[in-house]
Amino acid sequence: MPQVTYIEPDGRVRTLQVDAGSSVMRAAVDAGIDGIEAQCGGNCACATCHCYVQDPWLDKLPPPSDDEALMLSNVAAERRPNSRLSCQLVVEPALDGLTVELPDRQS
Amino acid sequence: MDAQAPILIVGAGQAGVQIGESLRQEGYEGELLLIGNELHPPYQRPPLSKKWLIEPGAHTALALRGADSLRRRRIDLRLDTHVSAIDRAASTLQLASGERLAYSGLAFATGALARALPLPGAALGEVLSLRSINDSAAISAAIRRCAAEQRPVVVIGGGFIGLEVAASARKLGAEVTVLEGLPRLMSRVTAPIVSEAFERLHRSHGVELVFGAQVTGLAGSGGRVEAVRTADGREHAAGCVVVGIGVVPDDRLAAAAGLACDRGIIVDDCARTSDASIVAAGDCTARRLADGRLLRLESVQNAIEQAKSAAAALMGRERPFRAAPWFWSDQYDIKLQMVGLSHGYDQVVTRGDLQKPAFSAFYFQSRRLIAVDSLNRIQDHMQSKRLLDHGLSPTPEQVADAQFELQSLLKDAKLATADGA
Repeated sequence: MPQVTYIEPDGRVRTLQVDAGSSVMRAAVDAGIDGIEAQCGGNCACATCHCYVQDPWLDKLPPPSDDEALMLSNVAAERRPNSRLSCQLVVEPALDGLTVELPDRQS
Repeated sequence: MDAQAPILIVGAGQAGVQIGESLRQEGYEGELLLIGNELHPPYQRPPLSKKWLIEPGAHTALALRGADSLRRRRIDLRLDTHVSAIDRAASTLQLASGERLAYSGLAFATGALARALPLPGAALGEVLSLRSINDSAAISAAIRRCAAEQRPVVVIGGGFIGLEVAASARKLGAEVTVLEGLPRLMSRVTAPIVSEAFERLHRSHGVELVFGAQVTGLAGSGGRVEAVRTADGREHAAGCVVVGIGVVPDDRLAAAAGLACDRGIIVDDCARTSDASIVAAGDCTARRLADGRLLRLESVQNAIEQAKSAAAALMGRERPFRAAPWFWSDQYDIKLQMVGLSHGYDQVVTRGDLQKPAFSAFYFQSRRLIAVDSLNRIQDHMQSKRLLDHGLSPTPEQVADAQFELQSLLKDAKLATADGA
């Protein structure tokens, strides 16, 4: 089972075993990771599951869809080149070790 | 009041869960009990009229949080538990089982109930309304039966829930009739130009829309509904009926406990009720605005933001919720995103392609932007949300000018993120 590591807004680090096919957002809310709101439940409609993908993982992810790119243009926290919406990141075996940092605000 | 007693949260939906989590974030260290009257752990309601209706799946996929999440935050959960009364003088809560629980803090997150159809025949079989996961499963099954038997699904009410159910029923292959009492769809919340786009959309997918339909009763045989009657004498054949005529905030417990209620538990913008030691959040509330009006919002955002306010208030802090309200709806391949409240607008300016449709309707009041409805125009929605949250307004002329970039207003106010877009 692939591992995903989350850096919470206060700096705490947690690593989860995530089912392949689940999203980075879904695994986080199930486990009670702080720093993700996911108000729309994963519909790419709210941009409250914003995360920063740590090196070297950004380039290993499929690029954002047009919808996701547009949502990212106005996230609540600072947008950075490694900003993604965690509801759109589907975990797969090749992403074992994926690490994301969560911003201090989502709305 | 027993300061060692837990904080009790009545209602285990979106707002209730958020109050619990936010209390921990606010530094509350004591016991926390979330009391839900359904059998299922806290779950998301928005998919119940959308994806879930088409493809009901495992309950866990709808879960708001995993059990690990509640454990990590030391939130105890009691399901299938009915509260019968609150004794404010004694700071206790009485369960239907007879058990009495003391509290050091109390929060209402009791949600809303589907408004019932007060008409003859409303109790017939296959007359359904949507609020819970069980309701959604029953409607999904009824729609499938209608599709198989080639009998129409009749939806009463052309608002969000009714139209989402209609779209889902078409995807499941059923014939659909929508009966709306007013002359257009979603008339309470949108401008005619948006209603018209949704009329075209639903008709192009084969939905029969009937406007000005005054439903007078339902008829059936063998206990099962067969037709819906309207005041013009028509009978609309029905294999099942879905009633989507709005919700009633569930303020029964709070009202019985003597808290001020008016079709909802009245709260201030910090989620405090008329008893400042008791808070309420989400669909069960009616928020008193600065001008004295009461605002009733039924949305995920409202549940979450009021819940954050409620948690802060229980900790003696003020965290007012004043962000622009936003909502979304999915119908066929259209994503409708709305921000602000358009009530009282005197001008609507559109941007984008009305026919495709991929456009937004910008609502102005005295030339000031108050709300924006976006159909497949995500960038308009996101930018408008930021503008409204920060009290910024483009002029109607700027919105009408397709070359004008809304983002430039955010940049001028130094609110745009570094790379703009």
